[in-house]
Amino acid sequence: MNALKIENLKKTYRNGVKALCGVDLEVEEGDFFALLGPNGAGKSTAIGIISSLINKTSGKVSVFDHDIDTDSAGARQQIGLVPQEFNFNIFEPIREILINQAGFYGIGRHEASLRTEKYLRKLELWDKRYDMAKELSGGMKRRLMIARALVHQPRLLILDEPTAGVDIEIRHSMWDFMREINANGTTIILTTHYLEEAESLCNHIAIIDKGITIEQTSMRSLLDRLHVETFVLYLDKTIQEIPDCGDYSIRLLDGNTLEVDIHQSQNMNDLYKRLSLCDISVLSMRNKTNRLEQLFISMLNTGEAA
Amino acid sequence: MNFRQQLIAFNTIMVREFLRFIRIWIQTIIPPVITVGLYFIIFGQLIGSQIGDIDGFRYMDYIVPGLILMSVITNSYANTVSSFFSAKFQRSIEEMIVAPIPNHIILAGYISGGVARGVIVGITVTAVSMFFSDFQIYSIPITLTVFILTSILFSLAGLINAVYAKSFDDISIIPTFVLTPLTYLGGIFYSIKMLPEFWQNVSLANPILYMINAFRYGLLGVSDIDTFTAIIIIIAFIVVLFAFTMRLLNKGVGIKP
Repeated sequence: MNALKIENLKKTYRNGVKALCGVDLEVEEGDFFALLGPNGAGKSTAIGIISSLINKTSGKVSVFDHDIDTDSAGARQQIGLVPQEFNFNIFEPIREILINQAGFYGIGRHEASLRTEKYLRKLELWDKRYDMAKELSGGMKRRLMIARALVHQPRLLILDEPTAGVDIEIRHSMWDFMREINANGTTIILTTHYLEEAESLCNHIAIIDKGITIEQTSMRSLLDRLHVETFVLYLDKTIQEIPDCGDYSIRLLDGNTLEVDIHQSQNMNDLYKRLSLCDISVLSMRNKTNRLEQLFISMLNTGEAA
Repeated sequence: MNFRQQLIAFNTIMVREFLRFIRIWIQTIIPPVITVGLYFIIFGQLIGSQIGDIDGFRYMDYIVPGLILMSVITNSYANTVSSFFSAKFQRSIEEMIVAPIPNHIILAGYISGGVARGVIVGITVTAVSMFFSDFQIYSIPITLTVFILTSILFSLAGLINAVYAKSFDDISIIPTFVLTPLTYLGGIFYSIKMLPEFWQNVSLANPILYMINAFRYGLLGVSDIDTFTAIIIIIAFIVVLFAFTMRLLNKGVGIKP
């Protein structure tokens, strides 16, 4: 079953801006799905329409087979939304925010209290439960929105840049938490500007640019399209010249650092051997850029060229 | 959502709205009490003592119903307009929009908040009026009916204002330039029989005149307007505004781009 199906979705705002010009998307139940695109591509507009915050101009959207036109309440019941911007009453205590949100979904106060405790503990906010939302840090506010989106236990969780402004430690703990939710059967749609986040978490990916879907595929097949990866190698000694390693494209960044382009047909072991023959050992290495980031930029550039 | 779930959602909105104005009671409950207390002292005691009886009542007693209802009107209106607009402003309104709550439940929840504040302020002001006046309630059913209906009507009006408001300035324009003049000209401090005929007829176009007079009838048993007609007019206004507000919410005016 599709958790989400979007057909030819269009949105033109009253000021004439065409945010979506025909987006098509299918997300399977249980998937961890990345929705990527540059700023202004239409991701948040699409999410707004899916979650009933924005009126569409035309097209069809269904959530677990609930059409948002004919069964809007049924569709909304399935969705938990973590929007990009904070959208809670900053003067309300955070426990109350969650209990109220559960109430909006028709969940009684006793059950709502239990769920509130569960998710506030999970997201390390339980100690702050009586604080007003305005007293929380940026990262805590993000986690509060995640807890709020989960309190009615949605089948589809939409996360619009959930880790923006969150420090690395908390970001990684949030990744673990998202993986756990997904493993428990919740379908997740994630938009993010941290492409390593999408690469690390998601199974499928769609890229939207200028209001249209320019790609939808599995993460693996997308990354397989990457023909060249660039690595930075840190050497054990200073060298003066670029070593002769055959077909490898190598640049000397400084005496101790090399930059190497590795094609799909080449492999790192072979490169290490060749360097070793030149009496050069590699202490450590890193990807110059994230793989998905490289692809993402090249796809957007291709789109612009077209 | 089944009926029970809708009831829970309604109760959630109602309790949240109630707690919102109770939390800031110094801003919401006390000011109208002080204002009306001043009206009683200045208009009732000081100036009123120079004015004779109206319809057989001391001037102080005569203005009590109007002053109580004025507090109900302004506070019911203020509650929904400020609550709904600040929810729009902070975008916390989205918490309800993404949930499967029917719009009539959202509307009923906000109205209940407005009515709750109107009732609490009304009761408080009535208690204060006891220090200045010793009136006996003429008809409890009529008094309560007009009290609640007026509160519902102005809660709806406040919500419509909030739907269209784009800034905090917009939520004070209607109360300042429409509501307050209509309330003062609605016969709080005088009987329209005291006006020249032309102005009596003009006054009949003021909907607040009907509410104040119906309420005065409930409290004192005197009115410039037929009470049954007044109640029908209030109900008609409620029906029209309810339908209009539902249409705004269904279309997402002011809340959905």
